[in-house]
Amino acid sequence: MKRKVLAYPYIVWMVLFIVIPMFFILYYAVNVNGQFTVTKFWQTLKDASKWGILWRSVVISLKTTAICLLLGYPIAYILSNMKRSVAGFISVLFFVPMWMNFVLRTYAWHAILEYALPQLSDFLGLEGSVLMVLVYDFLPFMILPLYNTLSKLDRSLLEASRDLGANSVTTFFRVVLPLSVPGIVSGVTMVFIPAITAFTVPVLIGHGKYHLYGMEIEQAFKLLSGQGDYAVGSTLSIILLISVLVSTVIMNHFDKDQQTGGQMW
Amino acid sequence: MKKFLSLLLALVMLLALAACTNAPKDPQSGDKETAAPAGDDEPDYSFADGDQYDEIGGELNILNWGEYIDPELIDIFEEETGVKINYVEMTSNEEMLIKLRSADCVYDMCFPSDYIIEKLIADDMLIPLDMDKIPNAKNIQQRMLDITDGFDPGNKYSLPYMWGTVGILYNTTMVDEEVDSWDILWNEKYAGKIWQYDSVRDAIAVSLLRLGYDINTRNADEVAAARDELIKEIPLLKGLGTDDIRTSMQNNKAALAVIYSGDAYACVDENPDLAYVVPKEGSNVWFDNVVIPKSAKNLEAAHAFINFLNDANLAARNTEYIYYSTPNQGALDHLDEDFTSNEIFNPSDEILSRCVVYHDLGDFIEVFNKAWADFYAAMGK
Repeated sequence: MKRKVLAYPYIVWMVLFIVIPMFFILYYAVNVNGQFTVTKFWQTLKDASKWGILWRSVVISLKTTAICLLLGYPIAYILSNMKRSVAGFISVLFFVPMWMNFVLRTYAWHAILEYALPQLSDFLGLEGSVLMVLVYDFLPFMILPLYNTLSKLDRSLLEASRDLGANSVTTFFRVVLPLSVPGIVSGVTMVFIPAITAFTVPVLIGHGKYHLYGMEIEQAFKLLSGQGDYAVGSTLSIILLISVLVSTVIMNHFDKDQQTGGQMW
Repeated sequence: MKKFLSLLLALVMLLALAACTNAPKDPQSGDKETAAPAGDDEPDYSFADGDQYDEIGGELNILNWGEYIDPELIDIFEEETGVKINYVEMTSNEEMLIKLRSADCVYDMCFPSDYIIEKLIADDMLIPLDMDKIPNAKNIQQRMLDITDGFDPGNKYSLPYMWGTVGILYNTTMVDEEVDSWDILWNEKYAGKIWQYDSVRDAIAVSLLRLGYDINTRNADEVAAARDELIKEIPLLKGLGTDDIRTSMQNNKAALAVIYSGDAYACVDENPDLAYVVPKEGSNVWFDNVVIPKSAKNLEAAHAFINFLNDANLAARNTEYIYYSTPNQGALDHLDEDFTSNEIFNPSDEILSRCVVYHDLGDFIEVFNKAWADFYAAMGK
């Protein structure tokens, strides 16, 4: 009973800042100048160019997530096998950039790619640069849940695997990898969702030329000289919310046997 | 040990940050330096017109663009009149429109651009200015009032505050041919070194002008043609920008850019390799005027402040701070030769005659918006 009481502030917070705003979005999507209408809503849903931009966002988020996973998993695995004190110190290395504001870090990359190392941005191209900065920004969100899960792995299981004749490769694929699925799921969720809604990175690193879905929503709200653009922006936001929801459900599906993911987060 | 190492690491990072002095030039800090008057004396903030202001009191809520007033002027006005000024900044006309339309709008004064004023007048959202309370309006150039009459007939609701043109800023070390046409922004020689302006009206206007069409066209075919040309320009673009164009051009990172004259003036001042031109096909001349929205509570303070801003000497100080062109003849008389003889800052009647103001397009803006959305969708493909 007492525990329930402790949860009330959080519930109030959620209703005020998550549930109610969502109803506002829905309200504006079907409301033009105080009139209920679904015309704008349908028009936006049927607009193929908007879906093309969403697709581009999905693809770059998938790429970001895949690269983060490929880079992050080995790092987390190595860290989890190190002595605790050393691993703690090295994980600080990954933490430190997160002490600084996300926008500032992106500005720093803007300056590096534009002024310090123009050769790098020439080599990477526009999409490559955006992708690299996204990976840089979200890599810690992949490493930390993975590290959490891997370091809690019961070592006796690994010993048992070897006792039963499995070599280290088999042990990794048959024991370690399946047991780290919760960490992978929370890492993938925590990278994919912010990446699909990325806004600062394409604006600053892509010079506004690499157009992603977040910018499309901003455009819809900015183009207020016409009428009913709230409806377009809100509809786009709803589409994005649903896409995020669907992808979360899909990812949780992989995790359904597990009770929790990374506990730290 | 672990804690010590972490601390050490943090310290090293901090030092590394402090050592990063090789950062690109910040256009804003550059402004401040140059904004100081030529003499080393304290700037002169006296009233040119010998005005006296009575104690008014109350509050004055102002909505304005960022870095768009000399903060010293706010202090002086507060001291003279006892009015407390709440100054809020905005980043776009559209943002301002949202704020003015909201039911709990509190603003007594704001500084929207031409076509937005036309829209605000049409929507009956402004209070006519009481010119008897703004005697300093006499300082404003007639040639400016003749243009602003186009979007505010009779200049009843607004007075020009700052103005400028749209043109091409180019780097003379990278562009050797003569720049006099919008056509050069489609020249493949400069692929990857061209900045287009990230704003519906401005980018489409550039494309329309190049094709010989009116920037206020209501012909959907002309807008479509302009859109197709913009889409063809995408592979040549470095990017779409607004404020970032300045830093990029000042640091020789691009060859050509669509830019507002005020920004161009600041850029040329920082980097003498840059030059600005208003192309022969013509361009847009824009105005940011001061208006009093219907939400205004303190009308007396609002009128007093508009009069105060139009004081010849104070308007000159304000212009030196903002670096945009002033419509105030009195201010021009109080400014240095550097300002007044500069073609970017004070264009000739010949250049002005080529320029047109934007008009509110009513529902036709949807056609522009759709063209812009198509342009955006074509990017990155």
